[in-house]
Amino acid sequence: MKKEITNVDPLLLLKNFTEARIALGRVGTSIPLRESLAFKLAHANARDAVYSLIDFELLTKQLSEFDLPIILLHSKAYSRHNYLKRPDYGRLLNEDSINKLREYDLKPDIVIIIADGLSATAINENTSALLKNLVPLIKSSKFSLGPICLVEQGRVAIGDDIGYYLNAKYTIVLIGERPGLSAADSLGVYLTYCPKPGLTDESRNCISNIRLQGLNYKLAAEKIFFLVSESFKLKLSGVGLKDNNGYLAK
Amino acid sequence: MYQYTVRNKVYKFKDLKTLLAKASPYRSGDVLAGISANTYEERVAAQIALADLPLKNFLNEDLIPYDDDEITRLIIDNHDNASFSLISSFSVGELRDWLLMDTTDNYAINSIESALTPEMIAAVSKLMRNQDLIAVAKKIEIVTKFRNTIGLKGHFSTRLQPNHPTDDNKGIMASIIDGLLYGSGDAVIGINPATDSPTIAYNLLQLIDKLRVQFDIPIQSCVLSHITTTLELINIGAPVDLCFQSIGGTEKTNSSFGINLNLLDEAYDASLGLKRGIIGNNVMYFETGQGSALSANANHGVDQQTCETRAYAIAKKYKPLLVNSVVGFIGPEYLYDGKQIIRAALEDHFCGKMLGLPMGVDICYTNHAEADQDDMDNLLTLLGVAGCNFIMGIPGSDDIMLNYQSTSFHDALYIRKVLGLKPAPEFEQWLIKHGITDNLGNLLHINSSHKLLSGLLG
Repeated sequence: MKKEITNVDPLLLLKNFTEARIALGRVGTSIPLRESLAFKLAHANARDAVYSLIDFELLTKQLSEFDLPIILLHSKAYSRHNYLKRPDYGRLLNEDSINKLREYDLKPDIVIIIADGLSATAINENTSALLKNLVPLIKSSKFSLGPICLVEQGRVAIGDDIGYYLNAKYTIVLIGERPGLSAADSLGVYLTYCPKPGLTDESRNCISNIRLQGLNYKLAAEKIFFLVSESFKLKLSGVGLKDNNGYLAK
Repeated sequence: MYQYTVRNKVYKFKDLKTLLAKASPYRSGDVLAGISANTYEERVAAQIALADLPLKNFLNEDLIPYDDDEITRLIIDNHDNASFSLISSFSVGELRDWLLMDTTDNYAINSIESALTPEMIAAVSKLMRNQDLIAVAKKIEIVTKFRNTIGLKGHFSTRLQPNHPTDDNKGIMASIIDGLLYGSGDAVIGINPATDSPTIAYNLLQLIDKLRVQFDIPIQSCVLSHITTTLELINIGAPVDLCFQSIGGTEKTNSSFGINLNLLDEAYDASLGLKRGIIGNNVMYFETGQGSALSANANHGVDQQTCETRAYAIAKKYKPLLVNSVVGFIGPEYLYDGKQIIRAALEDHFCGKMLGLPMGVDICYTNHAEADQDDMDNLLTLLGVAGCNFIMGIPGSDDIMLNYQSTSFHDALYIRKVLGLKPAPEFEQWLIKHGITDNLGNLLHINSSHKLLSGLLG
């Protein structure tokens, strides 16, 4: 009796070809409970990631090994709900944060910015491992590094404000990507030469899907460092920077 | 200047677009644009003022100036004064009441299809409850044809959407076969390519075409590339059935998409010229969605629902096979939660049908919206009742390339079952012939020896 309720089998072979939710079987015409709950769990993970918080204690501890000042900043978005409704607020610093940055007079080549974006989980889980690979590459080159900035309720473009107030030549923004059902902890990195308020996406380069099961940290760091070096050579970033050697494709 | 007074408080609306924006049911995108009503009372005051506004006023006041915007020109130049004379004495409120009368049937509504501008239809929708939007849309039958017949009363179709993150042939084919065996795909088999490359699109079109010919399936295919890519593909002889494009309600929005009416004319003519339709020649597939104009900084202070309805004027020009409002894809800054997504979808479906368009809806949401599959179930059921032409069929509702959630093959089977709806008639016959469903539309058990499976697994 039990066997007959769910109609599965021959289609299962199709599953070898894609990660899509095919060959789910059916009860009547509906999705079997096991699959229905698996979907719910993936959505729950994505939702939790959207509302997750940066673990400042953990990150501050992890980042201390790089021996750089750490500044805590906040966007104009005052809550997660506000952040979701007002993307414009997430791109701007609040007054306190601007004042904090004004205390610095460094003119660094590069500033590393860490923002929660749509998944602080991605930040908590991937930042340390990525920077362990990336910071030594930068330090071994001629580039000077500014303070590490940790931003709450931030979107990608907030890096433009930060870079501008710190007089930085270049920003590396680590941000939690919008969670999907297959991954809720994916980290994106956006790179901008000569950051200033008002820039749009075509002036940035992006490396995405950095996570344990995605693009690995060592390779991600190498790709980022490649783009950094090319940008300083060509004095630009974004669509004008072409990957002629197919370096990023690997 | 428009106004309405509630207990000595005078609400003033400086022009028609302000009145429409303030009268629009609450949604995050209009708040983001800074044009939404400031209080609940102001919104209703605007709706009451709008109800008394003669429809004639819409012909005298452009929301976006005629000289600045080719969509405004399209709307005004194609307005039919002869049929407008039938309703020219109506106010917006009277139009709402007339639409709901028992004597106002499909024929009556069709007869004023070119008398109403998108702005008039957007206006009347703002005065209507969800129930009204469903009740009126239900009366309207919009039928289109290519290799099958879509939109007949009592029928309900799906776009099979077999996307894959690397456009892998076998991965896509596995999802297509899974979908066909669940009775999905009669509206179109439509792939969003992961990259807009002509080579990949050509390859995917051939993949589907080969399958279609091999099994004699009465369906059409589409790779949702940019229209310039599709034109290129047509020129080099790719098997293009439908020409796809995203469209918006202002010239500036469309510029941000890299299109204009001239380009659409060119692509439409090229697609018609292929003569690949068997029983009809509706060759265009358009996608739209509230919020696209604002996200391109191209809304001109016009509310997002009115911008959306203006996009339908473009669609209407090209007699499309399918128009799809991808309602919840854009994100919570435009439609915040399930309630707003549901409302917007019912508005889009109603407004499109009023203009004579074959409306379908991608019933969907992203993971940062306050929505879940229960909201989609609600919307699916409402749209089924409203007589929506088609929805998406995506494996397990989860698009692994675009990373959002829509409706599944199973969802379409649910709505067909609870409302007694059937697939497109030609496709229904094909499903029966190939042992996928019985004469009553019930799914049959599939053996591993089924021909569709053996092709891929062999």
